[in-house]
Amino acid sequence: MKKLVAAACALSMLLSPLACATPESDALLQKYQSKGAGKADPVKGKQNWERIVETDGEQMSCANSCHNSDFAKDGKHHKTGKVIRPMSMKVNPERYTNIKKMEKWFKRNCNDAWGRDCTAQEKADFLAFMLAQ
Amino acid sequence: MRSKLKSMLLITALVVTASPAQAEESLWSWLANPFRQKEFNPVSNAAYQEECGACHFAYQPGLLPAKSWEKLLDAKALADHFGENAELDADTLQEVRTFALENAADKSYYKRARKIAVATENETPLRIIEVRYIKRKHHEIPEKMVKGNKDVKSLSYCDACHTRAGKAVFDADTVRIPNYPDWDD
Repeated sequence: MKKLVAAACALSMLLSPLACATPESDALLQKYQSKGAGKADPVKGKQNWERIVETDGEQMSCANSCHNSDFAKDGKHHKTGKVIRPMSMKVNPERYTNIKKMEKWFKRNCNDAWGRDCTAQEKADFLAFMLAQ
Repeated sequence: MRSKLKSMLLITALVVTASPAQAEESLWSWLANPFRQKEFNPVSNAAYQEECGACHFAYQPGLLPAKSWEKLLDAKALADHFGENAELDADTLQEVRTFALENAADKSYYKRARKIAVATENETPLRIIEVRYIKRKHHEIPEKMVKGNKDVKSLSYCDACHTRAGKAVFDADTVRIPNYPDWDD
């Protein structure tokens, strides 16, 4: 079933770059909007995804320090070496199907990367960007 | 004949004295599977496996005493878990924490867990590699095979060498050090 959704998703991507979503990601976006986020902006999400932050003398970014800049490939945690499964729902249909999990990782990763929670708007932007990959 | 009787007596005595160590299960299941208690109790909680294992090897609770898990698995402590944010929602934390505390080294009858319980009587290690029993078990391994080994890097990565670590088996026979195929203890 999840594979089917992913396949439908890949197909719909040909028609519209933002058509890709799961019921859970839709619900989460709605939640962010109810908390004051405006329209989710994938361009802004991409900028934040690639933003470089210096931590302990290391140049870090979402794209290169833990996740892979190629969404279809595994990433690797910069410290623990743990393999992080691809972020693209086309190759990893488990992604974006569990609200609790999405919220948990937004919370952890925003705090690890930026030292604070992300705003509802930032999370909405990230989500729109990631779903379009 | 006499010696046969003596050896029978000896065996009986051994079984009787050994049984307190096997208190966790009935004599019959112990007889059926005498090696089960040698290692650690395996991780048998799905939330524990999922949450801890999402970032690192899901260390069996028997690797640390309860007082260590109490400090580690605390809402505040998890916000800075060795430099990483590992916060959990309250319900999940409760489940993970309970499982760890109930199966901690000092609550377990498994052989290695008992040894760790004894080794940590007077200390509260937060890292598993700080446990003296574990240090001692590894001190003959040259640094080049661990720290200097790009596929190992630290003793923290149990499953880099302990091929059955996920099943709670740490026996030397199950060790394969990456890039050192000829190593034998």
